[in-house]
Amino acid sequence: MTAVLADRAARRAERSAARSPWRQPLAVIGLAVVLAWLVVAIFAPLLAPQDPIAQQNPLFVHPGAQHWFGTDELGRDVLSRVLYGARISMPLAALLVTASMIIGGVLGGIAGLLGGKVDAIVMRLADLVFAFPGIILAMAVTAALGPQLRNAVIAVVVVSWPAYARLVRGLVLSARTSHYVLSSRLLGASSLRTLFVDIRPNVAGPVLVMAALDMGNAILLLSGLSFLGLGAQPPTAEWGAMVAAGAVNFDKWWISLFPGLAILTVVLAFNFVGDTLRDALDPRTARAIRT
Amino acid sequence: MTPGVAEPGIVPAGDPGPAEVTADRGRHADLVRFLGRRVGIGAILVVGTTLVAFLLTQLVPGDPAAANLGQRAISDPAAVQAFRQQNGLDKPLPVQYAIYLGHLLRGNLGTSQQSHRPVSTDLSEYVPATVELALFAIVISLLLGVVFGVLAAVTRDRWPDQVLRVVSLAGVSMPTFWIALVAFYVVFFKLGWVPGGGRLEPGQAPPGHITGLYTVDAALHGQWDLLGSVLQHLVLPGLVLAVYTIGMLLRFTRASVLEVLGNDYVRAARAKGLPEWLVIRRHVLRPALVGIITVAGVAFGSLLSGTVLVENIYSWPGIGQYAFRSATNLDLPAIMGVSLVVAIVYIALNIAVDVLYGVIDPRIRLS
Repeated sequence: MTAVLADRAARRAERSAARSPWRQPLAVIGLAVVLAWLVVAIFAPLLAPQDPIAQQNPLFVHPGAQHWFGTDELGRDVLSRVLYGARISMPLAALLVTASMIIGGVLGGIAGLLGGKVDAIVMRLADLVFAFPGIILAMAVTAALGPQLRNAVIAVVVVSWPAYARLVRGLVLSARTSHYVLSSRLLGASSLRTLFVDIRPNVAGPVLVMAALDMGNAILLLSGLSFLGLGAQPPTAEWGAMVAAGAVNFDKWWISLFPGLAILTVVLAFNFVGDTLRDALDPRTARAIRT
Repeated sequence: MTPGVAEPGIVPAGDPGPAEVTADRGRHADLVRFLGRRVGIGAILVVGTTLVAFLLTQLVPGDPAAANLGQRAISDPAAVQAFRQQNGLDKPLPVQYAIYLGHLLRGNLGTSQQSHRPVSTDLSEYVPATVELALFAIVISLLLGVVFGVLAAVTRDRWPDQVLRVVSLAGVSMPTFWIALVAFYVVFFKLGWVPGGGRLEPGQAPPGHITGLYTVDAALHGQWDLLGSVLQHLVLPGLVLAVYTIGMLLRFTRASVLEVLGNDYVRAARAKGLPEWLVIRRHVLRPALVGIITVAGVAFGSLLSGTVLVENIYSWPGIGQYAFRSATNLDLPAIMGVSLVVAIVYIALNIAVDVLYGVIDPRIRLS
């Protein structure tokens, strides 16, 4: 009997070591690619061979030794533009995921903690936003506010916060009845103190996983809006807008291929990390893996 | 004994016992109550979406009179005043909203500023094209996503699972507008395998209008050549649109099948010697389907989003392209009309998914 138990414990330890998210090849690759793009974003002026908006080359040069990724319809170096594009997509995606997380998290937390009317109002609002498919609502918001990058970011936040609100509300609801929260309330802690001091640490894990998964979606949605001409405006070197420029000259494949690959690699990398984290944290998937 | 299920031998076939009738009636009433509740919530949401649409129009910095009247009329104060009065723009916001709702109830979504036609006329023309495209894509996604998802779960952690994991993650990471362009370039421009865009060849007459879905209409009229052409036009945008949802459904099917595979009844089914495919089909896929259907509902929503991007590239005359043209031209009545229609489809879809749950899983029906 003890031998069986010991054997089981050993196997469990072995498995959990193997399952540690940071030892999974996909997560490692994902993290490496994200870090690489971060380095590109920070050092773009040093890495890029040319000014991304300088129209100083012949038009439509094929990719080659002179211009690795070719030149576009205005004679700009596509490689330089792709590298500079990281300076827009990466920080903006981080900004809007953080903003959605904070807005959704606080609203969901308050709804879960206070319950009653507040809960009903916040969650019906979230349902309303969920009733629209993301890009349609984002398009409507950007169209109403005026097509520019800042408004596209606002639009993406408007459509992304409810997911966080739902998640946090659920977590708060289950934490609310736990002994440690009850004890804290009995000691006279205010609602806000309970929320931020006692409940927040227990909610942070799942929310961060969701944020990691959401980074990819945020980049896709934002570049989609720019592709439609509702986000970044010319001559900004933004990946979605660059793909759109290539769509007009679609026989010059290099103009849209490379910025598209840039979006794909960043989003895929974030999804590799997020997916591994979710598997590691989600008890349902974890249970399925164990059996 | 499960309520409503007659025990053989006690109740003669064709003559339901009193207990069964009561149980049946109770279940029926439960289902009606459940449906009523869902439809009620759906209706409230629809009213909510009209409020969102209305408030968005108020956000626009421009003057609706200027946008609607054109240059010459705007310089005439009497014309502007008449326009404001006619559209209730001189009244307080809640009254304006009530007027807007009244118009909506009569099916009046306003007039599109680019086509100068009623938005409802525009929509009735464009909606079937998008529905056809999205249905094609969701059918492909369900087939491929579920089949490969089961394969991934059954071969867990071995190479097919690893490959499928990367493939599905790549699917959900691919910018739709970009893969649409790449596919267009390779399959149409380089290989010439499919036509270049649109729903039909230029000059080809559409089939007689029955449903508005060209595939169905062509088949109903027996126009097989036309059906072939329609399918050729449908296949590339449909597949491109499905890339994201295949990835999504594959990942989810894998997770839910894995969850079910761990159950004792699956072990029991295997132990009694059922062939593996039968175990999967009968004992694993059915319980897993409940979750898959929810995700398919969400997936259909994301397909509707994807159509905006795909329709533009393939000149598909659907609401995606219409929404895009409206958004870039600040044609607010049109974009609000599209948002409303899509939101209503979305809400109806969610109700349908809830009802399907009950059909698949009797335990949910009653709670």
